[in-house]
Amino acid sequence: MQVLLFTILTLCALGVLSAVILYFVAQKFRVEEDPRIDEVEKMLPGANCGGCGFAGCRGMADALVKHDDISDLFCPVGGGDCMKAIAAYLGKAAAEKQPEVATVRCGGTCDKRPRTNEYNGAKSCAVAASLYVGETGCAYGCLGFGDCVAACAFDAIRMNPETGLPEVDPDKCTACGACVKACPKKVIELRKKWPKNRAVYVSCVSKDKGAVVMKACKAGCIGCGKCEKVCAFDAITVENNLAYIDPQKCKLCRKCVNECPTGAIKLVNMDPLPKEPKAPAAPKTEKPAAAKPEAPKATPKSEAPKAAPAAEKAPAAPKADKPAAEKPSKES
Amino acid sequence: MANKLIVSPAPHVQTAQSTSRIMRDVVIALMPAFVVSIVVFGVDVLRVTAISVAACVAFEYLIQKFMFRGPLTISNWSAVVTGVLLAFNLPASIPWWIVVIGAFVAIAVAKMTFGGLGKNPFNPALVGRVFLLIAYPVQMTTWPMPVTNGAFDALSGATPLAAVKHGAVGPDVLGVHHLLLGNMPGSLGEVAALALLVGFAYLLWRRVITWHIPVTILVTMAVFAFVVALCTGETGAMLWQLPLFHILAGGAMLGAIFMATDYSTSPMTVKGGVIFAIGIGVITMCIRLWGSYPEGMSFAILLMNACVPLINKYVKPKRFGVK
Amino acid sequence: MKTFPMGGVHPSENKLSRTKAIEALPLPEVVNIPLSQHIGAPAVAKVAKGDKVLTGQLIAEAGSFMSANIHAPISGTVTAVDLVPNGQGLRQPMITIKREGDEWAEGIDRSETLVRECALSSQEIIARIKEAGIVGMGGATFPTHVKLSIPAGKKAECVIINGVECEPYLTSDHRMMLEHGEEIVVGVTILMKAVGVEKAYIGIENNKPDAIAHLTRIAAAYKGVEVVPLKVRYPQGGEKQLIAAVTGRQVPPPPALPIDVGAVVCNASTTYAVYRAVQKHMPLIERVVTVTGKSMKEPRNLLTRMGTPVATLLEAAGGLPDAVCKVINGGPMMGRAMVDLASPVTKGCSGITVMTGDDAQRREASQCIKCAKCVAACPMGLEPYYLSKMSQKKRWDELESNMITSCIECGCCQSTCPAYLPLLDWVRLGKQTVMGIIRSRAAAAAPKK
Repeated sequence: MQVLLFTILTLCALGVLSAVILYFVAQKFRVEEDPRIDEVEKMLPGANCGGCGFAGCRGMADALVKHDDISDLFCPVGGGDCMKAIAAYLGKAAAEKQPEVATVRCGGTCDKRPRTNEYNGAKSCAVAASLYVGETGCAYGCLGFGDCVAACAFDAIRMNPETGLPEVDPDKCTACGACVKACPKKVIELRKKWPKNRAVYVSCVSKDKGAVVMKACKAGCIGCGKCEKVCAFDAITVENNLAYIDPQKCKLCRKCVNECPTGAIKLVNMDPLPKEPKAPAAPKTEKPAAAKPEAPKATPKSEAPKAAPAAEKAPAAPKADKPAAEKPSKES
Repeated sequence: MANKLIVSPAPHVQTAQSTSRIMRDVVIALMPAFVVSIVVFGVDVLRVTAISVAACVAFEYLIQKFMFRGPLTISNWSAVVTGVLLAFNLPASIPWWIVVIGAFVAIAVAKMTFGGLGKNPFNPALVGRVFLLIAYPVQMTTWPMPVTNGAFDALSGATPLAAVKHGAVGPDVLGVHHLLLGNMPGSLGEVAALALLVGFAYLLWRRVITWHIPVTILVTMAVFAFVVALCTGETGAMLWQLPLFHILAGGAMLGAIFMATDYSTSPMTVKGGVIFAIGIGVITMCIRLWGSYPEGMSFAILLMNACVPLINKYVKPKRFGVK
Repeated sequence: MKTFPMGGVHPSENKLSRTKAIEALPLPEVVNIPLSQHIGAPAVAKVAKGDKVLTGQLIAEAGSFMSANIHAPISGTVTAVDLVPNGQGLRQPMITIKREGDEWAEGIDRSETLVRECALSSQEIIARIKEAGIVGMGGATFPTHVKLSIPAGKKAECVIINGVECEPYLTSDHRMMLEHGEEIVVGVTILMKAVGVEKAYIGIENNKPDAIAHLTRIAAAYKGVEVVPLKVRYPQGGEKQLIAAVTGRQVPPPPALPIDVGAVVCNASTTYAVYRAVQKHMPLIERVVTVTGKSMKEPRNLLTRMGTPVATLLEAAGGLPDAVCKVINGGPMMGRAMVDLASPVTKGCSGITVMTGDDAQRREASQCIKCAKCVAACPMGLEPYYLSKMSQKKRWDELESNMITSCIECGCCQSTCPAYLPLLDWVRLGKQTVMGIIRSRAAAAAPKK
């Protein structure tokens, strides 16, 4: 009986002592923190993807609370709505960003771009890119080892084994920019997201001369400039043998698509313009979803297509313009 | 050119060694002790070892096939090594179902839960053995007498370590030749020190392990025993008999050569390995001399296994050009 | 026998062409000369399309101090200055020359007569070496005049000649030492004079006893030149390993350089090129290239003009075998696999190694078993298994604190890995990234001062 009593008393004493020590330690090491940081963190999506430039949502929340001017901070995953809500809570002005989507600008599928050698090293684009040109003759195009797929926190990029190219699911893509950073060849660009995931873009980043491009890949941009001439909106520039369509100026008129001799200008979720004997080299299979046909329209929409995000729930996804994915040279 | 050129980063040379070859070498190195054990304890040794190996391989296969659904790795022989080592840590008379339970703990709990070969923090065979020792203490300490010789009445069915520990006999109860050849009760693989040393030489020759860990463990144990003998006022022959007895009897050799050198549960550097080995030697001797168990090798190795991540973090190799 | 202090491996030597005397390859009809054949800034082309050039004429000038001149290896007409794929298929600026005859620029002494005496001063010697465009010919292609220009506050104590040739297969330095031993030793005395030291060591691994005996005999007549036989162990030809093997002193981690321990290291073939540049005004326009491989019909040591297509060398050695193969510019430990065989031989190309069949393919990697063989093999005392893992996880800070920048990319770790893991692939990537981070940090810190 005495043993039992002793035991209980000892344990009680130990417990009380520990509690006292813990209390003082907690006092000594207490960190004063703005309670709003917790609140803001809760309002953020919690993906910790790093798309904002911070290591995680906590860092972003901290910055949002502490900075007076938060217009340069943007959460691409949460999008404009999320930022607006946070700004309202903090009583600051939120950044306005149009929704964007990651776009793989390479059309060098297995059949269009023959493999000239066999890579046998670590399966990583970064490793292969630091070693040599890649498995094909094109020094600019997608290497196909899937660093972007590994970088995506939202399962929005998948490798298509048929084409050897990554494919972006625009509904899942949050335009966080992780894939853009992961790609050593800078093939992926964040482009303006149109309603119904429509898109027109040059699916090639090769700055090689036309003859060199043609030798390596049947779907590459040869820098012929036909698209530049036909564009009524001054949206296309050709520099270093490479055409670039400025997503801010493009109106999806699709004239350039029919002009392109190699089919390097890709049309997504839209029908090509009718007539034109020289149709673009067969319909692309870039997007798995069956494209819904639509009547050609001369100038669809005005400027910013803000309609899209409201329709679909997942991809309310504008994007900070920081990653600067190959801005066109003559912007103004 | 008909064939595409192959491209990879340098180096373009790979070793002739491979994981499966290393594991096979360990099994080969265990064979001398296995043969001696069959001679000493009879066909029961074959039975226990066969069950243990089969159970280990089967558990690894089943877990990878139906739970992880990942690549199968039983062809790399690591499960076979675990099976043989587990069997070597059991008495020859053990019932078959205890062996299977031990194999399950070794493979399923100690190895596969951590991600399989190379990721387990504790030596699987030892986890299996210690589990059995605690769960089935009677069966695990019922030692059959060697069939070769019945001259050990003095031991009366106890291992030499246990007999000495309980003060029934002195450490000189068995001649050195008996200790070397395994003429004594004990786990089936641990008794023949000489055969284990042959295996050690083979592993060194095949460059599977380096000498640092085994030699350090044995030297630490010998020095520890010598110091204890000195401090307890022993003189004369006892000063060398006690150290010699401790490194030859029980699981010291088996543990030092085959268990402590397990790749994934030992430190990555030579310096770390020496610290690890000294720890094993000291803990083993403490348990043997003052603990409640007559043998402490398994516990010592597992305890030091737990320290390996810490050792790897703080004991870095000597960097070139850094003073 | 001396060797370096830690790590290292001993791969099968496979010196198939060790007994093959150096043979001159016929002059190529067309050559492509990359403007960047060395570490540092690319050279600046001094010729344009249509220009006539003579053999040995300067066609591209060093772009900065850390750069090297380039000379025409044949006489003829410049047909293009354009982007041409290099061995890795990457397009680089190159000068293309079509051969017309074999006319040499003036002032170059092409005779074989040995000229021992050199009355030039240190500066004059370095100026001639710079003029001749000499770079390290062991593969690193560090401009030699930069190496010989001892920075203020530093003092050279000895010259070390690298005759180790620890790479398997390669024999070009070995043959050079046997066939041009006397010139090399004279070159050593010139180098000693250039950096102002009294002592020089020629380090040779003892798998080349003939070269050791030959050079020891010759060196006896020259003051301060000593041949040091070394135990055969890769990567003894690494600059830091060689210095440690010969002098016992270890070069501290980067950014320290060999000169910080008083050593100037120069490759044996480079030393021969120095001799020819200083004594004969011969620019660096040709070199010995070992063309080798187990399935090559005729492994050879070929005296080759720079810019010759690699395919021509392969033809001269019996042609590429039919089997699947890997063509390596350099030896199998550090050489770079090639995709474009029309690409040219450059100043740093000591050999072309062809691997076929199983040798050409990497075996399938399995999981790390923590065997620690990579740690034991690392000659820099690093932990490749850990660096590789952290590199895959992009833990750059962890890589930096674990001294990834010390890695010399020798490949010991990967070649010794029983799980066949691509350790160095990842470590190399991590090292490049961390060096980039260090550079940008330095750049960011600079303006503040």
